[in-house]
Parts: sequence; structure tokens; C-alpha cells
Amino acid sequence: MNTRPAEGAIGLDLASRAVEAAVAVGAGAAEAYAGEATTREARVYGGAVESLTAASQRGVGVRAWIGTRVGYGFGTDLSPDGIGEIAARAVGAARVADEDEFAGPPESAGKMPELAGLSDPSVGEWPTARIVELALAVESSALKADPRVVAVSQAVYFDSSDRVAIASSTGMAGEFEASSCYAYLQALAEGEGSRETGLGFGLARGPAGLDPAAIGREGAGRATEMIGASKPDSRSCPVVFDPTVAASFVGVIGGAVGADAVQRGRSPLAGRLGEEVASEAFVLHDDGLVPEGIASSPLDGEGVARRRTALIETGRLKTYLHDTYTARREGASSTGNADRRGYRTQPSVSASNLVVAPGSAGFEELLRDARDGVYITDVTGLHSGVNPVSGVFSVGASGRLIRDGELAEPVREFTIASDLVSMLRAVQAAGAASRWVPFGGSVSTPCLLIAEMAVSGS
Amino acid sequence: MSTELIDAGLAARVVARALSAGGEFAEVFAERRSGLTMTIDESRVESVQSGAEEGAGVRVIGDGTTYFAHVDGLDPDDLERAASEVAGALRGAHTEPRALQAAAVSPQPIEQRPEDVPAERKAALLRELDERGRGEGGEVAQLRASYGEARREVTVANSDGLLTGDDRTRVRIGAHAVARRGERAETGSETLGGHRGFELFDDDPGAIAAGAARTALTLLDAGAAPTGSMPVVVGGGFGGVLFHEMTGHGLEADHVQKGASVYAGRLGETVAQPLLSAYDDGRLPGEWGSDAIDDEGTATQKTLLIEDGRLSSYLYDRLRAERDGVPSTGNGRRESFRHLPIPRMTNTYIAPGEDTPQAMIGEVKRGFYAVSFGGGQVDPATGDFVFGVSEGYLIEGGKVTRPCRGATLVGNCRDALAAIDAVGDDFWMKTGICGKGGQHVPVGTGQGHVRIGSMTVGGTEL
Repeated sequence: MNTRPAEGAIGLDLASRAVEAAVAVGAGAAEAYAGEATTREARVYGGAVESLTAASQRGVGVRAWIGTRVGYGFGTDLSPDGIGEIAARAVGAARVADEDEFAGPPESAGKMPELAGLSDPSVGEWPTARIVELALAVESSALKADPRVVAVSQAVYFDSSDRVAIASSTGMAGEFEASSCYAYLQALAEGEGSRETGLGFGLARGPAGLDPAAIGREGAGRATEMIGASKPDSRSCPVVFDPTVAASFVGVIGGAVGADAVQRGRSPLAGRLGEEVASEAFVLHDDGLVPEGIASSPLDGEGVARRRTALIETGRLKTYLHDTYTARREGASSTGNADRRGYRTQPSVSASNLVVAPGSAGFEELLRDARDGVYITDVTGLHSGVNPVSGVFSVGASGRLIRDGELAEPVREFTIASDLVSMLRAVQAAGAASRWVPFGGSVSTPCLLIAEMAVSGS
Repeated sequence: MSTELIDAGLAARVVARALSAGGEFAEVFAERRSGLTMTIDESRVESVQSGAEEGAGVRVIGDGTTYFAHVDGLDPDDLERAASEVAGALRGAHTEPRALQAAAVSPQPIEQRPEDVPAERKAALLRELDERGRGEGGEVAQLRASYGEARREVTVANSDGLLTGDDRTRVRIGAHAVARRGERAETGSETLGGHRGFELFDDDPGAIAAGAARTALTLLDAGAAPTGSMPVVVGGGFGGVLFHEMTGHGLEADHVQKGASVYAGRLGETVAQPLLSAYDDGRLPGEWGSDAIDDEGTATQKTLLIEDGRLSSYLYDRLRAERDGVPSTGNGRRESFRHLPIPRMTNTYIAPGEDTPQAMIGEVKRGFYAVSFGGGQVDPATGDFVFGVSEGYLIEGGKVTRPCRGATLVGNCRDALAAIDAVGDDFWMKTGICGKGGQHVPVGTGQGHVRIGSMTVGGTEL
């Protein structure tokens, strides 16, 4: 199935017309973002197709400035009248906003970088039947992996082809295309009177880049290894984060380095530029250009060139992430981190791809160094459990005990607690093998060994 | 219905085309969404955003598989193309739909349409929230408040001959305060919303900002949270999110039918003590989670979920109801025309009991009082859950003694539900946004104070 609309609807021409429409109804400056996405999804259950979805979305969002007031309007009606109404909404919104001396469109984009590999032809080439086969293979691989896997509550494949055009009255103009896909499943395992779930996932630019057997095996492995889990004793001990857990925390750190949160006093890293906030083992970059990163693009959400930015190096906080507005507030330059999730949202500061530098330690070596502690394979409640202002957190966790440097019995229903900066300073080592994880944004990270953390069980 | 987004002729053509290659059921869901949101932060009104979207989703169900296509815009050609797409995935002979019959619906009444209120008044409302919050004390370092209004006009037509629609208007304000003392920073949040018009804000809307600020200020004095198993008294209103997460999701029939719920196969069994009864009610007038019909056109209803401790019903959409041979409970909801309907809660609550909050706290020697949660997560298949407590206190000798920070409630829902040994006679509802399968819908949660006899508190104290 495919609901791709007629070619040529979304592009620079449309964006430019929206900019002109906003200027015509009173905007001093304007910017338009035109976006289009064609998506497919297959959900399978019990060896049969549960649902198949084909969809197309397209729309325009306009930012309008009147002096130092800014407003946003968006819509799906792309007729000349519809564009006029979207422009009028943006201008009307700007009239309600208070003045803000730093508001204004980007003045220069920088050179648009060449970025190959954002689109994978297999997204367009694989027919529906083949993506269904892929989803079924994910499910069956989990069921075959271990007899204790009793069911797969859901196996899903999704892909998207996107096209974006951005234009402004200050002369910005750029467009690009990208594709992405993912597959995941939730496996159910039973044994020893307990029931456990396990998530397996993979992501790529196109279906040819996914390994369905590996995704299924991961879900099966995560579910079965938790069978028989009990509550650990409360104590303070070393913990090792697997890459999914590390990524979730890195995502929180990515939010804390956003200049918007910093300037508004809502970040535990506010006022700490240049300070030691981590151990030297923890090195973090924002990289909007790495082709494997799903968040990569030549331009950010307001048309500024993406780039690679060192955030934490040699233990020190090097910079915050900026868009045009936050950069003006402190006389800095945009780092190309204006993010937007399509035409319905206005740009705001956000990390692109967060990349934690791998270290040299193999997994066994990390466990040996931890000696006695907990290997954490899942955390829950991160959104509610982290105080975004102070960085203090207490989150639910599950995983395996580490005893004498080796993985031992599974544990669950406990919490781990610390604060973000204490945790970063306690990073003792990073593993050698990194993985891309879609939690906490788009994150590439290895396992992390944290020297000490409070574990609350029984 | 005063507004039909697509006329009956087009709806009939789309449904017929969707069934042109077979299938047992076809439906078109058309929607117009419009809204306005704005924020005040650093005492400045900003992020003013206004949008309007139209689109439709077409689905066909055949041999247990759902085929779904959605398009932006309501151009008849696009709708028919979407219908052809779903039909193209089937290989059978044409199925004849029933002739459409318009069904009358009475949308929830709206006194003062928000779009008729000048935007400047909404900005003034935010300034009032800002002043009220900051007025609570000099340690209130930041106050951010938001205003949102949204209208969803929907038309549903299906091959059973149903043609119906709804016109839904919701408004909501929220306040988020940060209080600082030296290196310490604490936060507090409050919301007020409903399936209502601007009249919702007639009665002291600034109180929510003051409340958020007071919570943040109180927590400045908070010490470490206790750790271990102990009695937990849960606050009313948003405290109901605990029941929503730990039990409500497990009653949604999609989880149940896949065996991915700890409540599967347990209808009629005792799951709680006799003092506990609970409902899902999509008809509560003006409540945040209410609608006249669900997103499949089924009238919403009041469903008894737990009657005196016994499990009495699951929550159904059309597809899952048919599988179980029961009528839909009107819980087939979708975030928008871009999503498939799935069983979702509307307004879910524990019915008022007979205990007073004072008495249930007075009986606790040492325990924890969880007034409000930052959110939570549950795995419906295992029943394991975790909740972050945003406002909590220690109970010692039957009295609430001091605020605690950083507490988390961890447990398994079967044990926790069975351990509820007191239900309060004080009752109120709060608004929430519930996420499931990537879809976010407005839900109401409610209860009076509730006491859980024993539960694990994951604190910051070792």
C-alpha cells in the first residue's frame, strides 16, 4: 500500500509562497517549513498480519515576526487560500506574544553541508509483502530462540520517507530528503512461576539495513534472562549500564545541555561551562552529520547548517547547544540545533544525535572491574523520576547481579538513585562497542561502568 | 450533527470502494482539528501557536487483519485514493455495505467557545497565573504556565450503516514552578482542564499556579525519602493515576486478548478488597476524558470495572468486542485521523469509599504519604510498575511529619491493588495525557485518598 501524493507539492516553491503570504499580511520577517512524509507500518501477531498502514502527511508551518514579537501558524490546506490562512494565523499569533529583543530569523545559514546516505532506496523498493515478511521474521526468530518464549505481544515494522523545504525572508533556502525505518518486538517469556517481557529493536535508513533475526533474538534474550528475578538487597555499589540504559540517561544529559533550559535556569548544568562535570572516561558529542544517526540532516529546523559539537571532553563541559534565539541571548553562534518534529511544531533547541565515545574495555572487562554490583538492562520512569532542574533522580530498574566480576542472577523491582553530575563524575569506564539506540532521542553509546550508585531493593 | 466534514454521498462512496475487494468491515473517519496554545515563561508571553489540520483515515478489516490508510486534507479524490489503497491489499470479492443512516449525537455542551474569546484575554490569563505563582514567595525562581484550546470535529461512517459525528472542545491550563534556595531546586506542577469552554476559567484559575508554587516551596524543606516496605497513603485526584496505570491498562481488551495482561481470564475473580469499586466513565459532563461518542462512533458509557473487589469488565473497542462476542464499551479511541482506534480509558476512577483521609493516616505508625506523581510506567504483561512521587511526606505516629524528595513507588499491580485497605470519602478528578502505542489521548483520573497496606518505597535514604 502506498498513499504517496502527487510529486512536486512540497518544495522550496511552496515554502517561498508561504513566506510571501506572511509578509503580505503584516509580518516584518517570516520563515516557512514545508514537510511531507510517506510512511508504512506492519504489525504482526501470532504469525498473521494484525494491521497494515499506509499514510501520507504534508503541511506547512510559518514563523512570523512583527518587530520583536514572534508567532507560529500551521496547517494542511496547501491551496492559495489555505496558505494565506496559515500565514494569517502566524501573524495573529505574533500580535499576542510579548516583545522579546532576541527574537528574529537566522541571518545566515552557513554553507549547506554535503550529506550522503540519508536516503536508502530499499524503503521505496521493498513492496508491502516484503516488509510483512520482515516483521514476521522478527516474531518467529524470538519464538524459535528459546522454548520459554511463549508469545510475542507485538512485532512492528515502520518506515518513513521525508522531504523538507525551508525558506525565509532573510534569504535562507534549503531542502533535503531522508528515509528511516525501525522494527521492534516485545517478547513474553515464562518460567519458574514468573512472566517477563523483553524488547528487541533495530533501526536503519531502510529495511535492507535491518537484521530481523537479531532483533527477535534480542527480545527473547532480554525476556528469558529475567526469569526468576528477585529483589536485590539495598546498598551502594558499582553499576554497569547496558547501551539502552546508558542512552536513556544520555538523552537526559542532552536536554540539560540545551541552552534554552540553561538560560531559563532549568538545567543542572546551568552556570557550569568549563567546569569539571564528568570523569575523563565520559566523552560526549552532538553530531548532526553522522550518516548512521537518524537525526542527521544537512540543515536544522530553521535552515542552519548541522555540525559536530563537543559537549563534554576531558571531563569538562565545553558548550551548550544553541539555536538562533538562544545564541543571540548570549552573543554566541547557533550550533545548528534548532529541532522540529515536522510542520506542526515550531523550532526549539534539542540535541541531534548524541554520541558517547567508546572506550577500550570489553564487556567482560567492565564486569571484572565492577566486581560486585548490578548490570542494569532496563530503567523505567525516567521522565517522572528525574528532577530536570536539580538532576536528582530515582528510577525503577531491572537487570542482573554482578558477582566476582561475572553476571549472576536476575534482579527486578528496585530503584537506582543519584544525581546526573555525580553519576557522570563516577563514570569509571566506557565499553569498546557502541550501539545506536532510539531512546532519549538518537543516541550512540557503549556500556558504561559507574563506580558507585544507590540501589534500593529490599 | 450541525457540521458534517464529508457529505453522506462521499462517505458512502469511500466505504463502498474500501470494500471493493472484500473485507468484513470498512470505515472512514474524517476530522478537522484546530487549536491555539501559548506559554508564559520569564514573565513573557511566548510560543503563541495556532493551527488547523484536516484529514481522514480509512480502514478495512478482513480475516482478522486491519488495513489502514490516512491522508492529510479532505479532498474527495484523496479519500477515494486512500480507500483504493486499502482495498488493493485484499484479494476477495466485493462486499456490499449497508446504506448509511445518520445517527443523532448530542456533543458535550460548551458555554463559551474559546475561539470566540480574544487571544489577549488568554494572554492576560497567563499573566494572572504568573503573578499568582510568583506571589507565593521570594524563593519562587521560575514560573512557567501554559494555555491550550483544541477543537476536534469528527465524522464517522462505516459499512454497518452508521453515520455519526461529534464536536469536541477542550481547554487546559498548567503551571510549573521552580523554587530555589542556594544549590537546591524543587519543582511543583498543577493543571486544570476539561471538555469545556473558556467558562472553565471563571472561578479562580490562578489557584493552580499558587498551588504549584506552594508545592515547590514545601519541597525546599524536604529531606531524604524513606526506603523499604511500608503503608502508603495515596492522595486524591491525580493520585488516581496509580489505579489508571497499574490496573486500568491491564483491563484494556487488546492487552487482555493477547494474554499480555495480569487480568486476562480473571473476570469475576476477586482482585481487590470488598471496599473497592472502580469505573471508567466517558460521559461525565465536562470532564477532560469525556466525549459523546468514541472514535468509532459508539456512544460512550459508564462501565463498572471492579465491583466490591471483583473484576467485572474489560474495556473494549469494536474489533476486540467482536472477538469476545460482547458489545463495545465505547472505548475505541484514537489520537487523530492518523491513528487506528484501540481500547483506551476515558475517565477512570476509584469510587468514593467511607474512610476519611485523617483516619487512614492516623492509623499508620510509620509510612509514606504520596500526594502527587510525576508520572509512572507499568508493564501490563507482568504487572510491574514504577511511579515517581513528585510530592510526598513521611507519616510517623499517625501524623504527616515532613516532606520527602526523590521517592519512587515500585511494585506489582496485583499485590498493590489487593493491598488497598482504605478508600476515602473525599473525591475529585484531575486531567492527564495518556500515551499508549505512540498515541496520546486526554484522560481523567480520580479517587479520594486511598491507603495501600504495604508497598515498596524506593527512597534516597539507605
